[in-house]
Amino acid sequence: MIEIRNLYKAFGKQMVLNNLNLNVRRGETKVVIGRSGVGKTVLLRNIVGLVRPDGGSIKINGIEVTDLSEKEYDRLRMEIGMVFQGGALFDSMNVADNVAFVLNEFMNLDRKTVADKVRDSLSLVGLKDVEHLMPAQLSGGMRKRVSLARVLCMEPHIILYDEPTTGVDPITAAAINHLIIELRNKLKVTSIVVTHDMNSAYMVADSIAMFYKGQIIADGAPEEIKNSKHPVIRQFIHGEAHGPITEDESLIFGHVK
Amino acid sequence: MNIAVSTIGSSITEWIRYIGQLSLLFAQTVTSALTPPFKGYRSLIQAQRVGPGSFAISALVGFFVGMIIALQMAYQMVQLSAELYIPNVIAVALTRELTPVLTALIVAGRIGAGIAAEIGSMVVTEQVDALKAFAVDPVKYLVVPRFIALMVMLPVLTMLSDLIGIWGGYVICVYKLHISHEMFWKMTFHALTMKDIITGLTKTVFFGMIIAVVGCHHGLTVKGGADGVGKATTTAVVRSFILIIITDCLITFVFYFLLNV
Repeated sequence: MIEIRNLYKAFGKQMVLNNLNLNVRRGETKVVIGRSGVGKTVLLRNIVGLVRPDGGSIKINGIEVTDLSEKEYDRLRMEIGMVFQGGALFDSMNVADNVAFVLNEFMNLDRKTVADKVRDSLSLVGLKDVEHLMPAQLSGGMRKRVSLARVLCMEPHIILYDEPTTGVDPITAAAINHLIIELRNKLKVTSIVVTHDMNSAYMVADSIAMFYKGQIIADGAPEEIKNSKHPVIRQFIHGEAHGPITEDESLIFGHVK
Repeated sequence: MNIAVSTIGSSITEWIRYIGQLSLLFAQTVTSALTPPFKGYRSLIQAQRVGPGSFAISALVGFFVGMIIALQMAYQMVQLSAELYIPNVIAVALTRELTPVLTALIVAGRIGAGIAAEIGSMVVTEQVDALKAFAVDPVKYLVVPRFIALMVMLPVLTMLSDLIGIWGGYVICVYKLHISHEMFWKMTFHALTMKDIITGLTKTVFFGMIIAVVGCHHGLTVKGGADGVGKATTTAVVRSFILIIITDCLITFVFYFLLNV
C-alpha cells in the first residue's frame, strides 16, 4: 500500500530523512516511534505531499508520488486523511463546518445529509452536541477528536496520525486508541501512527518501526520491539535518561558512533 | 564605500526577488480566479469585511481632507481673489489623487494587516497545511476571495470617500468662505469630468490588487510563531504603502504622458 525507498529530506544543512525505508501493507496499522523533533512528522508530510523529498521514492497504491503534479497529488489526497498534532482546525468555522469541510468543498450533498454525517463522525470520536462550538472553545483533547472526526467524514483509505494521544487525558487517549483499532478492523483503513506514547503504540500497532537518525532502524511486531536487544530501542521504549540516544545527541547528525 | 555599495546591491536584489514572488502569487491568483469551480460567496464574505468595516474611517478621513484642502487653497486663493475656484481644486484633487491614495493607505493599514495576520496565524497553526492535505488550493481558497473583494470594494469606498470629501470642502467653502451653495456645486461639477473620476477609480483597482497580494504573500510566508506573524503584519503594511505610492506615480505618469488624461 505504502512503499518508501531510500527517502532523503534535508532542511538547509540538517538531514532529517536519511535513506529511510518503510513498508506499510494494506489494512495495516504501522506505528512509527522515535524522539520528538527528529523528523517523524516530516515523514508524514512527505507522504501526504506537504513537503517533497530531496531523493528516493514513495509509492502509494503502486503509484510513484514524488514526481506527481499538485493537481495529480490532490486526487490522491482525497484518499488520505491526516490528523495533525495540534488539530489544525479552521478557527473561523464552528465544529460542524470543520467536520463537514470536505463534504462542503467537494460533494453536492443536501444539508440534512451533511448534518447527519457530521453527527455520525462526531459520535464515532465520542463527541455530541458540540457542533455549534468554535475551536477556541474546545480543550486540546476535544480539538484532536474533532480533527479525527473531520478526517473520518471524508472516508479515507489511509489515515496518517501525528501524535494522536499526546496532550490528552488517559481516558481520551484510550478512546482514540480504540477508534484507531476499530477503523482498522471494520473499515480496513491503512494507518501510520507517529507517536512516542509506548502504551498507545503497543495497543494499536500491527507493527512498530523505530525512527532514529533519519532512518528506520527496526521494524517488527510489537512483541519483537518490546523484546529487542538493540540498545537504542531499549533506551527509548523503557524511557531511560542514559543510553546511546542521549550520548549521541552531541554528535553531528548522521555520524555513527 | 564597499559596504555601502554591497548593502544597496543586496537591497535591490531583495526587492527584485520580492517583486518576482509577488508577481508569481498574482499570476497564480488570476489563474485560480478564472478556473472553476467558482465560489462567489467567499468573495462576498470578504467584501463584507472590507467594505462596511472600512467605510467609517475612510469617510472620516475624506471629510477632513476635503476641509483641509479648502482651507489650504483659501490661504492662497484669497490673496488672488480667486476663492470661487476652490471647489474646482477640491473636486479634482480629491477624485484624481487624494482619496484614491488615502483610502488605499487606510485599507492597507486596516485590511492588509488583518489579511497578513489571519493567514499568518493559519500557517503557524497548520491550518494552511490542512487545506493542502484536504486537496484544497490555499491560493484559491484564501487569496482569490480577498483579491476580488479588495479589487471591487476599494473603488466603492473611494467613491464614497470622494463624495464625503467634497462635502468636507463644502462646509468650509459655504460656511467659512461664504461661497454660495449653488456656486459651490456649479463650480464643482464644472471642474469635474468623468475622466477625473475614472482615472482615480482605476488606480484603486490596482491598489486593491496590491493590498491583497502583499498581505496574502506575507501571511503565507510566515516563519516561526507569534513573532513571525507580528513581523509579517508590519512588513505587509509598510511594503503595501511603498508599492501603492510607487504604483500611483507610475499610473499617473501613464495617464498624463501616454493617455493624455
